[in-house]
Amino acid sequence: MARPVQYNITNKHIEAPIALATAPEGLTGEGFFATKLSDVVGLARKNSIWPLPFATSCCGIEFMALMASHYDLARFGSERVSFSPRQCDLLMVMGTIAKKMAPIVKQVYLQMAEPRWVLAMGACASSGGIFDSYAVLQGIDQIIPVDVYVPGCPPRPEAVLDGFMKVQDLVGKENLRRRNSGRYKELMNSYGIQ
Amino acid sequence: MALTNETIRQHLTEKFGEHIYDWSEPYGMLTFTSHKDLNLKVLQYLFDEPSLQFRFLTDLCAVHYPEKKGEELAVVYHLHNLVENIRIRFKVFTDVNKPDVFSATALYASANWMERETYDFYGVNFIGHPNLVRILNADEMDYFPMRKEYPLEEQTRVDKDDEMFGRD
Repeated sequence: MARPVQYNITNKHIEAPIALATAPEGLTGEGFFATKLSDVVGLARKNSIWPLPFATSCCGIEFMALMASHYDLARFGSERVSFSPRQCDLLMVMGTIAKKMAPIVKQVYLQMAEPRWVLAMGACASSGGIFDSYAVLQGIDQIIPVDVYVPGCPPRPEAVLDGFMKVQDLVGKENLRRRNSGRYKELMNSYGIQ
Repeated sequence: MALTNETIRQHLTEKFGEHIYDWSEPYGMLTFTSHKDLNLKVLQYLFDEPSLQFRFLTDLCAVHYPEKKGEELAVVYHLHNLVENIRIRFKVFTDVNKPDVFSATALYASANWMERETYDFYGVNFIGHPNLVRILNADEMDYFPMRKEYPLEEQTRVDKDDEMFGRD
């Protein structure tokens, strides 16, 4: 018996074979385009985020699906998953972080160069999840600041893509002076990071 | 002649007499207890005796029985005779206020990490262990989490509603 087809029975209309990033607001005329430097930098940064996967449990398996051809995180400019924190922009913490692992997560975060962002994937990284236990860190935001939380146990790859696009929004709109601001320094000091 | 629980028991009673007690065979596995000062002598005998040859320490752990006053902590050895393929279980009990038990590391090398784990979770002080420090928990932990007086749940959380998690 044929399986009932529930999805993808209508072809989606594709406007262009290659999706282009939308240009920021600016002044345009013949042969020139003028805009704010921060917009250009934001546009470049948000479409070339290098993630550092810190996968400790089942969320890491979902991340592998996310990186593979079907969900394909490379479409968002993250073709290169780097395993060196020095070169990375986005720390993706995926999975339960035991208290003994906490200093290692923090060290990896410290080794990343500014500007850096953090995405907590799944219930465990965000809040400890079902592991309400003496041995498990109750959310990585106890040790490092987190930009985007992706709920789920584990989240589907679509959910992570959504979270990743949220990070892209943050990156694209970030003020170039944010990392020098007093508020940011205060945040870092609250985590004991210089 | 195949080694049976009866022959093992016979050998041990001949050697140690009344010092080994609480014999039982849950699910066919011979289980017995001795005084904690005798633990190395019993293990050595089980290891050396040619007809017993329990030369593989499968597991070593502890159990906390808060209601048993004076012998709250049980240290349990699981031994395996690889020739005859027979397993036995050997227990010693100790006072939780003075949890000193002789280390089996000289006899079984595998006892090294297992005794560290037992120390880590129950605070059993293995006398003669070469490096009795925490192995699984964070080094800065200042208690023994598997003892019954300590709750399982993380105590620093304020966002979890106790009622929803079935706690008082």
